[in-house]
Formats: sequence, structure tokens, C-alpha cells
Amino acid sequence: MKKTRAETDFSHRRISRRAALLGGAQLLFIGGLAARMRFLQVDQADQFRLLAEENRINVRLIPPSRGEVFDRNGVRLAENAPSYRIVIVREDAGDTDAILERLSKIVALDPETLERTKQELKRSPSFLPVTIAEDVSWDDISRVSVNAPALPGVTPEVGLSRIYPQGSDFAHVLGYVGPVSDYDLDRIEDPEPVLRIPRFQIGKVGVETKLEPLLRGKAGAKRVEVNAAGRVMRELDRVEGTPGSDLQLTIDANLQGYVQARLSEESASAVVIDCDTGDVVACSSAPTYDPNLFVRGISVKDYNTLTGNKYRPLASKTVQGLYPPGSTFKMMTAMAALEAGLIGPDDTVYCPGHLTVSGRRFHCWKRAGHGWVDLQTSLKRSCDVYYYDLAVKIGIEKISAMAKRFGLGIKHDVPMSAVAQGLAPTMDWKASTYGQNWRVGDTVNVSIGQGFMLASPMQLAIMSARLATGRAVEPRLIKSVDGVETPERGGENMGLNENNLRKMRRAMTAVVNDRRGTAYGSRIIDDAMRMAGKTGTSQVRNITAAERRAGVIRNEDLPWERRDHALFVNFAPIESPKYAVAVVVEHGGGGSKAAAPIARDITLQALAGGPPSLEAYPSKDRENIEAQQEKLRAMQPQAAFSGRDQA
Amino acid sequence: MSYLEYAVKSAPSGLRKIFYLNWPVALLLASVSGAGFLMLYSVAGGSFSPWAEPQMKRFALGFTLMICVAMVPIWFWRSLSGLAYLGTLALLVAVELFGTVGMGAQRWIDLGFMRLQPSELMKITLVMFLAAYYDWLPAKRTSHPFWVLLPVLIILVPTFLVLRQPDLGTSILLLAAGGGLMFLAGVHWAYFAAVLAGAIGLITTVFQSRGTPWQLIKDYQFRRIDTFLDPSTDPLGAGYHITQSKIALGSGGWTGRGFMQGTQSRLNFLPEKHTDFIFTTLAEEFGFLGGVWLLGLYALIIMFCIWSALMNKDRFSSLLTLGIALNFFLFFAVNMSMVMGLAPVVGVPLPLVSYGGSAMLVLLLAFGLMQSAHVHRPR
Repeated sequence: MKKTRAETDFSHRRISRRAALLGGAQLLFIGGLAARMRFLQVDQADQFRLLAEENRINVRLIPPSRGEVFDRNGVRLAENAPSYRIVIVREDAGDTDAILERLSKIVALDPETLERTKQELKRSPSFLPVTIAEDVSWDDISRVSVNAPALPGVTPEVGLSRIYPQGSDFAHVLGYVGPVSDYDLDRIEDPEPVLRIPRFQIGKVGVETKLEPLLRGKAGAKRVEVNAAGRVMRELDRVEGTPGSDLQLTIDANLQGYVQARLSEESASAVVIDCDTGDVVACSSAPTYDPNLFVRGISVKDYNTLTGNKYRPLASKTVQGLYPPGSTFKMMTAMAALEAGLIGPDDTVYCPGHLTVSGRRFHCWKRAGHGWVDLQTSLKRSCDVYYYDLAVKIGIEKISAMAKRFGLGIKHDVPMSAVAQGLAPTMDWKASTYGQNWRVGDTVNVSIGQGFMLASPMQLAIMSARLATGRAVEPRLIKSVDGVETPERGGENMGLNENNLRKMRRAMTAVVNDRRGTAYGSRIIDDAMRMAGKTGTSQVRNITAAERRAGVIRNEDLPWERRDHALFVNFAPIESPKYAVAVVVEHGGGGSKAAAPIARDITLQALAGGPPSLEAYPSKDRENIEAQQEKLRAMQPQAAFSGRDQA
Repeated sequence: MSYLEYAVKSAPSGLRKIFYLNWPVALLLASVSGAGFLMLYSVAGGSFSPWAEPQMKRFALGFTLMICVAMVPIWFWRSLSGLAYLGTLALLVAVELFGTVGMGAQRWIDLGFMRLQPSELMKITLVMFLAAYYDWLPAKRTSHPFWVLLPVLIILVPTFLVLRQPDLGTSILLLAAGGGLMFLAGVHWAYFAAVLAGAIGLITTVFQSRGTPWQLIKDYQFRRIDTFLDPSTDPLGAGYHITQSKIALGSGGWTGRGFMQGTQSRLNFLPEKHTDFIFTTLAEEFGFLGGVWLLGLYALIIMFCIWSALMNKDRFSSLLTLGIALNFFLFFAVNMSMVMGLAPVVGVPLPLVSYGGSAMLVLLLAFGLMQSAHVHRPR
């Protein structure tokens, strides 16, 4: 169909008009796109740049290595040992089922582990390593390494885990570490991000937790570039962390090992303090447990065994255990009276075997009575009535104040778990706690370390050290941090009358070295090591009038839980005291029989710096002591002790 | 069948036609494709494989084809337009019956050496056929209801077939290109106003149908619309594309992070980084200036085409040229709106830049037609 010129022109004009219109609209739209681009790329560039960086950069923490712990002579108490685990990476392994099958022929893997690994492999991204087995032996690791060509994607990995080479000896002092739990995270305010690293270990008990900030160190960090799937492409930069501080305890591992063995299966505890420096050179609670069991998570069976034991192995009895100090407290009553000027040099009291105070009859442990006793005799033979008499004269406030000056009823700064304050009761304390008035009878009870009076073995050792030196000795447990010595804590002079102190020391010397002293059986005969001390036997029950009429029941006939606690405090050598010792044997019976021999052995061991010569013992004991030394040497753990082998 | 009423003798003949090609457009196309090679090289992490090299080969083939098509007189192509349209329609039906299912949609026929995507071809043949129709139709009948209904059917039949694949993006492009051509041919305003009103009604109806048994579009299409309206509701799910795309674009700043320094694409945060979202990589690495430069190239192509159409007195030639330009415009406008978060995510590639064989070949073929119209224009 031939078109006319007019029609062609008409349509050309119309098309041109519309083309211009549509073309204009298109250009307008392109302009709009450019404006949008400007908005996103120029106006909002900073914001989007930030988002892109957030996409791209991941911060990974580098866990710091935990500080190690040594004893005062450099023996390693806590270290970080490599622990091995086997991991598998799916994308490198290819057929994971076949690889796992092959692996289980090389190392022992139970079906549950295999199943769990398979499940985990399915869930996690193909490039992330999945742990097959943890805490694998070196033999298994070697086998996997040797067979590496047949096990693509399977690699052994090394991590650090806490090991306590001295095993159970330091369980109560050092405590242990364990993986961070939800409970820990809740407890810690503003937890550091490093705590969220899986399997990161923090202190749970003892020095490990009390000095956690020092031991942990500061985590390093590396910034890595990741892709959309989370795979690390490269490391951008890294800031190294600072490893935790190495600690040196004041404890002597040798002595600690001996003390632990000496206490053995008794429910007992002992503290040895260096009188010059306040150093705690031994601090043992028995029975004990292996802290290595807790590092990896203890089995329910093992844990139940520990908690079910009536001797409470988990309790740190040296600082946590509170006992009526019994007769070991008599020095406090006597000192209070001496300082108050209430005892003259030749004052004596008549002990008929009991004293009636405000209508109540208080008995001496010796029913027949001690007759006329002065200060030294009262302590030597542990006469109760003498102190009842003093108590009535001086009153509770003075006794309590003196006890506090000697470190009882005061919470000492020792970095161990559950350090107890104990109690040196006052009238105000009784009024606010029980809402009752103080009675003279209460004072009478306190005067011989019974009643409300409570002290821990640590406090008793401090008391003994202060009696020996006249200085306010404070316990020091940490000898140095990263090689920097901490200040010694020998303390300032307490400002007590030196004559009075000398009287106390002379009386304590008599307790051990006088033929009629209660601890005469535990004397030391080497003149350079002779000790002074005081026995204590604290009742855990009241003796009823009916029982008393029927005759005192012998301790051995009572069930264990109701027997008396046996206590002993001492210091040695007498002339220039070096060590102060406190021993408490729970429900051990009499202090002179159950506690004093232990204290003597410990004291000699400490002074001799090893097994003492038999010459130091009274000749009739030497045979028994030799056999005992033999036995204990076999019990003490050897130096190359591996925690894992003792399950 | 048909012939030009102009003095065709004035058109160049033989190989001399090469000199009469619209070289600015050809060079602009090559530049845009060059930018594409660069980006494909970059997103592959600095490697010609797997994308840049095949793309270059296809461009060489397509560019040669374009010149070959340009050498053939435009009236020959006009005479073929009806056949081309019907042939493509047949292919669309064939896809419906025997097509390969890929990405949840039936889109292509496997020819062995390449995958033919008839819906791509339809964009061109539809424009060709409509241009021929309006060339044939006397100008004064253009707005007659019957002669309006006919092209509407011509548009709707392939649109419907493409929608069934389902390929919402392409069907919208077909509808827009067809409608645009009718507008260019001079169909009365009132029709467009009516269609616009109808479209608004339809969209309302579509949204009303959500969750009912007679739901008109697929759930994933609804979700795409939802996340387009508020991408932050689902930043790791369906909104991920838009969010990451905007982050890549925005982090480019004025001058970009430098060639091959784009972290968003290199670290795989960008989805479909070598196809639909390739513009974001360009904008991230070359920044606002790079993006505007590419946009400028596109705008120049459109302007040269319109200029060429305005100079051309032949009705078929100028309608065809305008239609091809409009198609080209719709291509990149929809793609860029999508990556900039101005439109929902529909699978529309960036013309000549995105990796993809049939789209590039078909586009260069179309520009061959446009060149032929330019060379053989009445003088």
C-alpha cells in the first residue's frame, strides 16, 4: 500500500512528538537513578561503609595462657599442659562416614561419639572443624598423624589445659579450674568476652579463683576478614594478649606433702606459719581430693563419693572449719587477766574440781580437782577452774578484745575459698544475734574456749605465732607475683607487756616439757628444736547431769560424730621461734593424745627441712617414729606425679 | 511483500554501508560491554574464567552478527517481522510444552550449543511486529477501537505465555515495551489513561487475592514485594539481596574502593554478583563516578537511538528504533532500580554487562536491526 506524502509527514510528526515525550521521560528517569545513586553513595556513604566493614571484619579472641603456680622453692604446683584432641573438617574429608569408619579402627571411639560427630558434621558449615574426641592420649595422636594420608580432613589439635602435678596435696589451697559455666557468667558482672570462648578455663575454688584476675591475663585479639559464609579469608592484624602472672606460694611443697601424708585419713587439718614473715609454709586439710578430676568435669560417681564422705574431703578445714578452741584458748584468758593486772606473781586459786557461778556448777575436766594452782600450773595441767575464776573477775569484753588482738574472730586476708571469720563473742554480739543478755556463765564457758567461742586452725596458728613473737603476724600465702616479692607480713609489735608474754611462753614450755605437762609425751628433746605449746580438747556436746552422775563416758565409746575435737597449738624453737603450728583433729579425742604428736612431727619436719633425726625424739618413741617415717615416705607423692594417672 | 516509498537508490550499497553505520551507538555498546568484561573479571577474583572470557567471545560473535544484520536492507527485515513474531510465539509454546525447568521456571530450550530463551527473543520480535503493524495501518485509523484491540492482543498473548513460565520480570517488560510502542505510534491518550486506571484496579485485586484460593501470583512474589517495601524486616532472608546490595553501593562512596577491592562482592556477601547484581560491584569498586559514567553511557545510547529515529522518515524504521531503545531503557532502568532498592527484586539483568549469553546476543541482534534502519534510511 503506497502511502501519501501527507500521511507520511503527519505520522512522522506525530511519532517525533511522542518520541520526544517518551525520550524526555526516559532521561528524567535516568536523572532520578543518578540522584538515587548520589544519595546512597555520597550522602549515606559513611553509614554503608561501616555496614560493609561490619560484614567483613570479625574479631577473634586469642585466649591468654594462664599463669603458673610454684611453691616457695620453685616446685611447679599448677601448669598448663598440652591436651590433644582430634578434629575433622568436612570439606577436606569428603566422605566423612568412611573416614570416621577408618579412624575408629585406628583409635578407640565408642559408637555414641561417632553418632554425635556425624550429627555435628551435618549441622555445622563444611569448613568448620568438628571435635571427634577430646583429651586424647599421645599414642592415639601419633597413630592419627602416621595415618594422615588415609585420613583426609582429620587433624590432631593441641590446646592447653590445667594440670596439678602435686595432685591432691594442694587441692584446698590452690583449688582448681574448670570450663566457664552459665552460673559463672551470671555471677560475674560485665564478663570479659574471653569467657565466652568454649572450654575456656577459669578458677573455681581456692587461689585459682581468688587470684583469677592475676592468673588469667589479658586476651589478645585478631581481626580477620570473613566471607558471607563465615570462612576466614585472611588475618588483618593481631594484638597479642598478655599471659597471666606466675604466682609463687609461700607453701613448701615438701612440707605440705609430709603434712598431708601425716594427717592421712583422719578428718584433720594443720597450719604451719613462719613466725618471722607470716608465710604459710603448710596448710593441709584431710582427707583431700584430686583437683585434676575437676578440671575436665568430674563424673557424677566420683563427685557423689566425695560429697558422701562424712569426713568432708571437699571442705577446706584450715580456714573454713570452725571449732571451739578448747583449752588452747586459755592463753587468751590468761593474757587478758595479765594485761589487766589481775594476776599477781604468786596468786593461786584452789581447784576442788568444780566452781559454782551464779548458781550453776561448772566442772573441771579433772573431777578430783587440781588443788592449789598458779598461772603456770593451771596452763601446764590445763586446770579449768583457774580460768573460771579469772573469767568471773575480768569479764567477757576484755577476753574478747584480747582474742581479737591475737587474730581470733577476725577474717584474715588469705586468698583461699570460704575463709571463715570465726567468733570472739561480746555482749553486744549476743544481744544482736540472740536478743538475750550476756550471762556470767557464758564468760565462764568462753574462758576455756567453749561456748560461743569459735576459731579456725589458721586463726589458732596465727594466735600461736603472735604469742611466740609479740608481733601482729598476718598470714602470707602469695610469696611473689611474676617474680616480684610481696611484702612480708611479720607484723608490728603488738604493744603487749613483754613480761606477760614471757610468762605465757614459759607456761606453754611447761605444757610440753614439764613432766606433769599435758603434752609431755610429745616433747622434743633436741635443745635447738624444743617446742612450747598447748593442748586443747573441745566438747561438741553438753555433758548432762545424769551422765555426770553415771560417770564420764569414755570418748572411744561414743559414735565418731560426738567425740571431742583434739587441738594443739605450738611454736618452736622456744628461744627464737621460727614456726607456729596449729593442728585440729576432728572428733579425735584428747588434744594431748590425738593432736600433739602430729604437731610435734610437723614441727620437727619443718625445722629440719626434711625427715628429722630420731635423736630429736624421746628415746622410747624412736622405734615407732622410725616405722612411721618409713610409712609416710612411701605415701608421699613423688615429684613426677601426673594428675591424669590418678583417677 | 512490501517496499519503501522513498528513493531507496540514495541508500549506500555494498561494503560502503560500513561507513554509514551509526558508529557512536556501536562504540557505546562496545564500551558498555567492555565495562561488563572488567566487572566479570573482577568478581571472578581477577580471573578471565569462568565469566569474562565466554562473555567476550559472545560479544565478538554478537557484534559481528549486529554488523551482518545491519548490512541487510531494513525492508527485508520488515517483510520478515510477521514471521518472526509467529515463530517466537511458537517457541514460547514449545517452552511451555518441552522446556527445561531451571530456577523454578521454564524458560529456555536447549539447542545443544546454546540455550535459547524465547522470551528474550520475543522482546525484539514483538517490537518488530508492532512497528510493522503501525507502518501498515493508515495513520488516521490508529486510535480506532478495533485497530487498538488488535495490537493489544498481539502484546497480551506472548505476555501471558511468559507469565506462565513464570517470569514476572520479562512479562512486565513485554507489556511495557508493547504499550510504549503503541504510545509512540500515536494511540489516543484516553486508552492509556483507561489502562492505567485498570492497572491500579488490578494491583488492588492482586493484593486482595493474597491468601485466598484464587491467589493470582505466587507466594514468593508477594514476599519479594513485602521485603521490597521494608527490607529490614528480613535482613538475612528475602531482604538480604536488597540490604547487601545497598550496602555494597553505599560503601563505594565518591570514587569507590578501587578495582578488585570491593569487599562485598569479593567475600560473597552480594548475591548473583555476576548476573543481576553486577552493577553493585561496579558501584562499589568505582563509586558514584563509575556508576554515573555507566549510566551516562546508557543515556547516550538512548539519545543516539532517539536522534536516529527522529532523522528517519520511514515509519517502520523509526518505530523499530524507538522500540529497541525503549526495550534497552526498560532493561537497565528496572535492573538499576532493583539494585538501588527502588523496585522489588525481579530477575532482570543489566544489559550487556551481566553475564548471560542469549540476552546479549538478542540485544546485539536488535541493535543490528536499528543499525540497518539507520543505514538504509531514506535520504
